[in-house]
Amino acid sequence: MSDKVSQITDATFDEVVNGSDEPVLVDFWAEWCGPCKMVAPILDEIAEEQDGKIKVMKLNVDENPNSSLKYRVQSIPTMLLFKDGEVAKTIIGAKSKANLIEELGL
Amino acid sequence: MSDLHDLIIVGSGPAGLTAAIYAARASLNPLVLEGEPSSTGDQPGGQLMLTTDVENYPGFPDGIMGPELMMNFRQQAERFGAKMETVKASKVDLSQRPFKVWVGDPEVPQPTYLARALIVSTGAKSIMLGLPNENRLIGHGVSTCATCDGFFFRDQEIAVVGGGDSAIEEATFLTKFASRVTIIHRRNELRASKIMQERAFANPKITFLWDSEVREIKGEDRLEGLVVENNKTNERSELAVSGLFVAIGHRPNTDLFVGQLEMKDNGYLVTDAPSSRTSVEGVFACGDVQDDVYRQAITAAGSGCTASIDAERWLEANEHGNS
Repeated sequence: MSDKVSQITDATFDEVVNGSDEPVLVDFWAEWCGPCKMVAPILDEIAEEQDGKIKVMKLNVDENPNSSLKYRVQSIPTMLLFKDGEVAKTIIGAKSKANLIEELGL
Repeated sequence: MSDLHDLIIVGSGPAGLTAAIYAARASLNPLVLEGEPSSTGDQPGGQLMLTTDVENYPGFPDGIMGPELMMNFRQQAERFGAKMETVKASKVDLSQRPFKVWVGDPEVPQPTYLARALIVSTGAKSIMLGLPNENRLIGHGVSTCATCDGFFFRDQEIAVVGGGDSAIEEATFLTKFASRVTIIHRRNELRASKIMQERAFANPKITFLWDSEVREIKGEDRLEGLVVENNKTNERSELAVSGLFVAIGHRPNTDLFVGQLEMKDNGYLVTDAPSSRTSVEGVFACGDVQDDVYRQAITAAGSGCTASIDAERWLEANEHGNS
């Protein structure tokens, strides 16, 4: 995992996401999800390449059930883009890098 | 200038990666266009990326998780020098050799790659029901990946559509989470293997709706229920479920090859069995893209080996040292 990507938890979610000046992309994932594994290296690349424009965070749904409930995540990977603490974009399912960059407006 | 390779393998399920292992060991320096991430079976690693326990792949007496098995295949191919690109072929031109392969914009004149020989292992992907609301509710109750999403249906009532191995396997897996799983099947008996059937019949959380088809998917922000019709009596009923998993069959990923490679009426590629030769010399096919009968990980892997050996011998006889 890139050192530009950090893990967040139910406990740190609000503080980290709301407290950010940059948009934050939260990747809801789990160990047992194949498509999550394939999209992880792409998110690493995006975090490295778009450093300063967007922050990438990962939330393990297995260990952090509350955030999935709060944001009604029913499928992983789901990637939520937060701007000023609000969900600005919901991306459901693994995507290619080009698609992700387009959907994120980067 | 396009990048010229002895062998390009399109697709990276058990067939493509087995072909890559053999080709790499034969020093053909294969390039694998492994596909792009998605939450369907059309992704790097193929359909096994969406499965949990694989219990019938020989060599793993305790079973192995599908994604883990495919990561192992990939590592093994890379160990011998196969090169992986996480991209999807967008166009091919098989009318002359070397074959032309495009990635990204298919309209640009210059292909991305040239290949002296080509192995097609693009697999198959699941068919959806094709009903209104289905696509809109993906991620909100409608799922394309039981292993990814089952977790979110703890103590809920869900439905699985289909009667083959995939449907029964998904239903059985989903009982780990759901309070009740209803299998909706259009016939009055299952096509699934005996062992899977016995497991399902013995599972108290599974109920069956026989001779039944889904007519409507209901829900605004999230799935609320289904309208199911009995195809013998035409009687309609509502089934309140918050999750829907569809496993009614597959369609081969052969759109790229329409008009270029000979196909059966159902879209599967035709090969000159027992070889992997297609209708174009120098193009070989393996795995589910050419198999509408067996469709197992082990038969796909076996056919990948066949394709690699066919390609190696063909290159040896026809192409090596000529260009």
